[in-house]
Amino acid sequence: MTQVMKPKLIDENGIRLDGRGPTDLRPLKMEVSVLEKSDGSAYVELGKTKVYAAVYGPKEAHPKHLAIPDRAILNCRYHMTSFSTDERKTLGMTRREIELSKVIREALESVVFLEEFPRSAIDVFVEVVQADGGTRTAGLTAASLALADAGIPMRELIAAVAVGKVDGTIILDPSDIEDKYGEADMPIGIAPESNTIVLLQLNGKMTKDEFKRGLELARMGIQKIYQAQREALRRKYGVSTTEV
Amino acid sequence: MSFPPLKEKSFTVKIMSEKIYKLLQQGKRIDERSPYEFRKITMQTNVVEKANGSALVSVGSTRILTGIKVELGAPYSDRPNEGVFSVNAELLPLASKSFEPGPPDERGIELARVVDRCIREGKAIDLEKLCIVPGKLVYVLYIDIYVLDYDGNYFDPSVMSAMAALATCTMPKYSATGERIEGESIKVPIKDVPLSATLGIIKDKLLVDPCLVEENSLDTSIVVCLDSASNVVAIQKNSPGHIPFSLMESIIDIAEEQISRIRAQFKEVVGVG
Repeated sequence: MTQVMKPKLIDENGIRLDGRGPTDLRPLKMEVSVLEKSDGSAYVELGKTKVYAAVYGPKEAHPKHLAIPDRAILNCRYHMTSFSTDERKTLGMTRREIELSKVIREALESVVFLEEFPRSAIDVFVEVVQADGGTRTAGLTAASLALADAGIPMRELIAAVAVGKVDGTIILDPSDIEDKYGEADMPIGIAPESNTIVLLQLNGKMTKDEFKRGLELARMGIQKIYQAQREALRRKYGVSTTEV
Repeated sequence: MSFPPLKEKSFTVKIMSEKIYKLLQQGKRIDERSPYEFRKITMQTNVVEKANGSALVSVGSTRILTGIKVELGAPYSDRPNEGVFSVNAELLPLASKSFEPGPPDERGIELARVVDRCIREGKAIDLEKLCIVPGKLVYVLYIDIYVLDYDGNYFDPSVMSAMAALATCTMPKYSATGERIEGESIKVPIKDVPLSATLGIIKDKLLVDPCLVEENSLDTSIVVCLDSASNVVAIQKNSPGHIPFSLMESIIDIAEEQISRIRAQFKEVVGVG
């Protein structure tokens, strides 16, 4: 049993372990309608982070006493497969997963027109197949796509990304190792059209100035993700990117 | 699965929300506070003799009791030279009609995890000094938070009470070989005192330390935790809704100002800060 040594995360040229610069996103892949039985679904890949999301509903709220007379309830479960992490994750919901389910649900509630579906329920399931940092943000990105794919009316999509601080540098989209040995991790969910924050957490130490720069970097990084989301929806629903 | 808590009918919320917003435009609150003013804070330490450390903190009529029990155990294998702590929080059914008996629900888990992040990322405890025999024997601190009375904003008093309990926590002393030194005790080594401030947002207006009526009528809210050097060490947006980017800077500035006031009071009562 020896203390694990912190690896050098950024070299003297500002290049990260996986070859990215500080403000680069990992390779991004998105697809909608990937699961047949759900009403809407999406798959998001961000480097080695792989996430599915599925939506069921709107449907009758169950149990019935949970139904709200003037709007739908939105249920959300963020879950990781047992083999998604380096060490096997125990089955069932961990405290972390319960907390993340809550913050993802609250982010989605901010944009879904729940009042369109009184007394009903919308279920959102996020399943992390492989975790390499940024799973809640990839999950939120996928969940918002899956809601759109299910045809559920929303004010707008949500695009989410994490920013971090490693070796004193503010970086976009930290990987697992950067999150683990870095100084801070800040996942952010953004509603890009209204330019507002719908999910925000911070874990780690940042000065006020670094925090401000982190927010700016997230706002910039989100554009690529938002673009990819719109492209994924257009690919499925038959409008070519050039036409719009 | 995470599902939204039952809330009041939305039209009553809307009316209250408009009223609070109108008052905020005049720089007022429903309980006659100014927008950036905490309710009266009281802190009391060593309230439970059988606990190694304890504190009772109230903010207005929201009251939080934290107790710490110290045990001995093995360190984490990747941190053989550090002691261990864990935070648990319970929203007791006696504190509010909206809390139910049973294991902590997502709100309790969120509260515990946010307080844990404040303490851990704020580097509040010198964990290396909690090591007795490297790789084998360390102090294990169980920090347990109980919400006794809930009138909005359980985050800030929870952080205060956890820190006050830690700062006054004593533990039995052990020699480097793991032998108990009878009759001697040591204090938990405190490195920093991270503290939090919760801000509520209605449209373009901000307020701090929402009471329950305000909390139910807010567009959204955010908990900001700063260490003694005003570094941001934890943030949690803890309810649905939008925060405009343009408000973020004021949110941190207002939190900083409020936390420095709480810190002064904390220092006076607890002795560190």
